[in-house]
Parts: sequence; C-alpha cells; structure tokens
Amino acid sequence: MKRPALFALMLTGFCGALLAGAAAAAQPGSQLRFSLNSEPKTLNPLLVDDDASETIRYLTGGVLARLNRVTQQLQPELATAWKVNRAGDAISFTLRRNVRFSDGTPFSAADVAYTIHRLMDSAIHSPTGDSFRSGKGKVETRVAGADQISIKFPAPIVGLDKLFDQVAILSAQSPKGKMAVLGPYYVAENKAGSYLLLRRNPNYWKRDSAGRQLPYIDSIRLDVEQNRDIEMLRLERGEIDFIDSVSAENYDRLAARAPKMVYDAGVSMDAEQMWFNEVPNAPPPDYKKAWFTSVRFRRAISESINRADLARVVFHGHAQPAVSWISPANRVWFDASLRPHPFDPNSALRLLAEDGFSLRNGALYDRGGRAVEFSLITNAGNRSRESMAAMIQQDLAGIGIRLNVVTLDFPSLLERITRSYDYESCLLGLVNNDLDPDAQMNVWLSSGKNHIWNPNQKTPATAWEAEIDRLMRAQAATIDGKKRKQEIDEVQELVWREEPFIYLVNKDALVAVSTNLHNVHPVALAPQVYWNIDQLWMGPTRGRDR
Amino acid sequence: MMWVRRAAMAFLVAVFAASLLARWIAPDSYAHQFRDLPDAAPSTQHWLGTDDLGRDRFSRLLYGTHISLLLAPAAALVSSGLAALIGGAAGFAGGWMESCVMAATDLFLSLPWLFLLITVRAFLPLNVSPIASVAITFALLGCLGWAAAARVICADARALCNSDIVLLARASGSSGFRLLRRHIIPNLMPVLSAQFWISIPVFILTEANLGILGLGVAEPLPSWGSLLRELESFSAFSAQPWLFAPLILLVVTVSCFHLAMGNQEAWA
Repeated sequence: MKRPALFALMLTGFCGALLAGAAAAAQPGSQLRFSLNSEPKTLNPLLVDDDASETIRYLTGGVLARLNRVTQQLQPELATAWKVNRAGDAISFTLRRNVRFSDGTPFSAADVAYTIHRLMDSAIHSPTGDSFRSGKGKVETRVAGADQISIKFPAPIVGLDKLFDQVAILSAQSPKGKMAVLGPYYVAENKAGSYLLLRRNPNYWKRDSAGRQLPYIDSIRLDVEQNRDIEMLRLERGEIDFIDSVSAENYDRLAARAPKMVYDAGVSMDAEQMWFNEVPNAPPPDYKKAWFTSVRFRRAISESINRADLARVVFHGHAQPAVSWISPANRVWFDASLRPHPFDPNSALRLLAEDGFSLRNGALYDRGGRAVEFSLITNAGNRSRESMAAMIQQDLAGIGIRLNVVTLDFPSLLERITRSYDYESCLLGLVNNDLDPDAQMNVWLSSGKNHIWNPNQKTPATAWEAEIDRLMRAQAATIDGKKRKQEIDEVQELVWREEPFIYLVNKDALVAVSTNLHNVHPVALAPQVYWNIDQLWMGPTRGRDR
Repeated sequence: MMWVRRAAMAFLVAVFAASLLARWIAPDSYAHQFRDLPDAAPSTQHWLGTDDLGRDRFSRLLYGTHISLLLAPAAALVSSGLAALIGGAAGFAGGWMESCVMAATDLFLSLPWLFLLITVRAFLPLNVSPIASVAITFALLGCLGWAAAARVICADARALCNSDIVLLARASGSSGFRLLRRHIIPNLMPVLSAQFWISIPVFILTEANLGILGLGVAEPLPSWGSLLRELESFSAFSAQPWLFAPLILLVVTVSCFHLAMGNQEAWA
C-alpha cells in the first residue's frame, strides 16, 4: 500500500476511535443546515443529472460500495464483498444481511436486481445508467439467495465496480417506492424552491465502534440559495453550517476573521484552460487557423502565460499551475512525471520564430506580415475567469500579441463553441467529478462532440489525435489496471506536448465550516465536507479537527 | 436655486476636465498590473489602492470617467438625433404616418432592453479592439435609446403643427420646408436639448448595468460600469470603504446632471 493511502487509512482509524467517545457529546435533536445552489431537479436517484439532486442522492441513497473520498479506494457498504470477472463484463456481490429500508422493508438481492433493471431501462433514460451502457444487448441479473447477486453486462465496462458508487439501491417492494431509502437520511419534507428537510433513517445499518447507531445528526435542512454572497453571510451569521465551495477572496477574508472556520483541502479536480478553434471550416480566416493548428504557436502561447501569477493573484495562492487533463487530486491516474510548462517568453519567441513569426517594434507579425491579434472569449459574470483573461492579455502583450478579451453570456458562448464555431480562442473551466479517465472519452476521441477544439471528426485530423484515439480505445477495452494506467499516461504526455488545451491552473478545494460541526475532514473530491456525513456531529464550539 | 445649478455645473466641469487630463494626472497606466500588489489599500503611491489584479484604482477611475463621460453624451446625441428625425417626422406628417410610427415606438419601448442589448452584443464581431468595443457599446445604446424621446418630440411637433403660429405661417403661404426650418425645428430645440441632457445619465447607468453583467467595456479599458463590479461582492467591501469611490462619483455626477439640466427642463 502506498504511503499516502496508508496514512489516510490510519487517519480514518484514529478518527474512528476518537469519534465514538467524542460523539457522546453530540447534541440530541441536532440539525445540520447548508445551502443548495439550485433546486434539485429530481428526487429519483436514477435520474440525477445536477449537483443539487446529487447531494440528495448522496445523503439518502444506500450504495453497494462507496468510493472513500480520502483514500480514493472503493469500500464496502451494502455489499460486504464483490468480484469483477476476468472479462470485465460481470460483477457479483455478497450483500450485507439484516438491513432494512427507511420504511422497514427488508433489503435483499431482489432489490439490487430491481434497481439494475430500472437503471438500464431505456424508457427512463437514466444518466447514471449511461455509464453502464457498454454495448448492445440486455443486462442479466442472477439472484442466488437473499444475499448473493451477479450482474452480467453485454460488453466489458472499465472501472465497473467503481460505477456502483453512484447507484442508490431502490426497494422492489416498498409501497413508498423511491422514497424508501437505505442511506443515512430520508426526505421528510420538500418545499419546492425553498428547502428540503431530511431526517435520520431509523433503520440505517451502520453503527460506530461503541455500538451506537449512525448518523449522529438528527436532521438536515437544505435551503435553496442561489446567491453565493448571501450564502456566505448566512454562514457568518450562524444560519448555515458549511459551504463546500468558497471563492479564494471569501476564503481569505474569513480566514483573517475566523481561521478555525476555513479549510484548504488541497488541489481539486477542477481545471481552468484555454484552447484555440481548430475547426477546418470555421469562420476565422485561414491564416489564423494556420496559427492555431501549429503546435509551436500553441506551445509559445502556453509558455508566455505566467501560470504561477494566475494562481497567486487571481486565486490568492489557492491554486496551482495545471499540467494535464487529469488533476493531481486524482492520485490514481495523474501522471506525476509531467511538469507545468514554464513561463518563458524568450523560449516562446524562439518557437514563434521557427514558425516564421517576427517581433518588430513590440508587435508580433506572421510570415505574411500580418500582426498577430486574436480574440479570447469567456463567460460574462465569472470574475476569476475575467481576471485570468486580463492577465493573459498582459502576458501576451509581452511577446507582441494583441489579445481582445470578449465576455459573452453563457448561452451565446456555448452557441459559438459548439455550433457556429465562430470564435478564435476560449477560456473556460471544466468540472470533473469522475476519477476514472474513461468518463472523458467524448472529450479525447476525435469523433467526440466534446473534442471541443475540433469536434465530430470523421477521421483524425492529425497523427497525434489518431494516436490518442488508439490509446483511449485501448484503455477502454482492457480491465488490466497497469496497462490502462500506462495508456492514460501516454495520452497525458501527448496532450502535454501538443497542447490542444492549454491547461492553466487547478483550483484548490476551499470550504468554510461552522465551529459547531465536528469530525470534519474536508477533501478535494466532492462532496468535500459531508463525504462522511454519518460520522459528523454537532456540538460545542470546536478547535480544529486536523 | 441658481447657486445649486452653478455648483453642479462647476462639479461637472471639474470632473470632465480631470477625466480629459487623465493621461497627465493619472499616476499609472490604467492597464498596468502591479502583480505584487493586488488588492492593496490606499497609499501615497496608489491613492485609492489597487484592484484585484494590482491595477491602480485612481488611474482607472480617471480613465473610466473619461470613457463614460465622453461616450455617454455621444450616445445621447445619436439617440436624440434619431428621436428628432423619427418623432419630428411623425408629428409633422400626422395622420396614419404618425399612428404607425407611434405604434412602432410603443412596440420598441415594450422590448426587454437588457436582454436585447445582451443579444445584440453577442452577435457583434469578436475581434475588435477595446476602444472599438466601447464605441460599439455606446453606439448600440444610442441607436436603441431613441424611442421614449421620439414620443415626446412627436407630441410636441404635433402640438406645434396645430399651433396658431404655424397656422398663420401656412395661411401666409409658407412651404412645408420653410415651416420646418423657420418654425417647427427652432421651437423643438428646447425639448430636444432637454431630451439630450436627460439621456446622458440614463446611458451612463445603462453602461454601468451592462458592466456589472460583464458585458460592457472590454478589458483592460475601465468604465464606471466595470469599476462598479468591485461592489458586487457586498460581503467584502465593508472593510474597504474606498471601493465606494466610483459609486459616489457616479451618483454625484448623475445628480449634478439632473441639477444642471433643471433649466433645460424649464425650457421644455
């Protein structure tokens, strides 16, 4: 076992031992309060497609196996053991016994079979189910007793067992249907547009080391609040107990006033990146497309951007220069041998000179004598992105490039980058909550619609895109973890070298937590604060759980 | 209350003069990023501190004032000109033409302006310099802001056409062109002038609104709108009262415009 994982395991064990004693001080009738930034679109765990619904699913859904947000390894929940077959197209589970749904209905393998059939039912279009759709054909389930089930898929699925982290098991028999849950809480009240009230599941199966039933907190009130500033004010007033995504500015302000309330959980999965439009028949003139498709040009732009300044100035030091399409937060898949491109305007000018560009009187000209000028679009209203664009503008001015920053409302921006392709370069951030790189197939395959710099290619436009296609398909066709890692590393190196995306920074996961909430160990992966919801407890003002 | 008007005029002149002389008064370039000094508090070097990118706030306020105060009157001129043309023609022609033009004006007034501006802005070419972008923004404001003034001017033109003075001129054989040149246009000037002055603060505020949405003047140019965006995070500014400087200047300037044009409204 690697040292960080071992340390995390020791930390978890140590906290668990302390917890049983400490939680005895937990306040009876305690309520945890936090905000959802939008109303959940659904309470059906199979139809979850938005952050708010995902929050409800995490708090209420019981899963067979859960990805531990600290170790990033799968750990048993409703299943005590599981095994994926050699071909990677079948998995068998041994289920926990004597477990009941929140309404008292007993849990058995029949419920798992029912959930899988519902999940794969094409009529309900489950976004969670999409991850399991590996090929044509039916999914077969075989129940061998109340605690044994095998599931066979039509084709191999990479990372099959980890996908079950998102499958909340439904009851096949409960008259309450999807409202009967196996997770720590159940939805007791839902006032549309205002709040949701979750109450402690009286039949939740987990107990602490002292034999006390979890969770410790009796209820959770989730207020729908879209305004992040108001959310911050409410935290400061003690009206809510945590915020799991705090801006760097608010983090620093709160840290100065109440240092016990803020946590920097380290680099997150989120990246900020820019790219050039390389679509062959896009509106920009041909000479600009020739710039954008040149790897030397892209590399020169990359080397003339001071990523360290972006991290320090825009994100107040709560970010780090980005390297790859996989964040360093992803311990399993990140290629640690890669380093961020250095800030080196002289090297950038040398690269540009190789492509026939020349710097005259402070302005850069291409070999045709045209001044180098292009536009960068980003979404209006996002302060950090607008600041990054302004800093990139000044950095590029240093090598004689005039950058026109254009902020657009988000629908207009999407229209340009996905339909009309009427743009030159774009600055956006990608949120990625999935650890397995296979989830990004539609970004890296040249035929993918999210291969955003040149989408929907019939045949790969370049040799390196063809190579990425080959590697991504190869990693998707094997369940050999080592081979997959090798192939994903190769893709990361290709992307680092060719820079279709110029990765700028990876932001830190910043959270703010009330001092009344205990056993808090924020992590970089979502949900940063309440990943161990059943072990959190409310009590007297704490020091700091570190 | 003449002294109040005079004081308002004096303030406006001072602000205009300071903004016109920004190149010489401003201690730094509005675009230069002192990256080692982001969010700095006021000091002798940076009188209003620096913004989140380390740019000198006082310099940006001067240049922003320059842009907003020069281009808002230009946009007001465009919109007043269009209003005079459309409203004046409709009022002078009368009959079905007046009805049609006024119906179109009502339709124009009922449009959701902010969304229309956002949409139109999204269709504009991307690769324009910041100076061009600011000119385009204000030109758009000017071209889209004529309708309310046109209604007023049409009503006044109609009233003038029915007035005794125009009836007498008609009776004495004046042609339509002479009526326009000698009687209608000179008598409409006070209304037009008042509309022009009223429009200026409206355009300043509209640009500020667009700026708050991030859709106003492009980086790195400052404008009052983009400067006001620092107040978006209302939980942050309580400890930094100097962030209010652009807001105070905007409020005082717009108030002075209203005070100074008091006599213009009296003309109308």
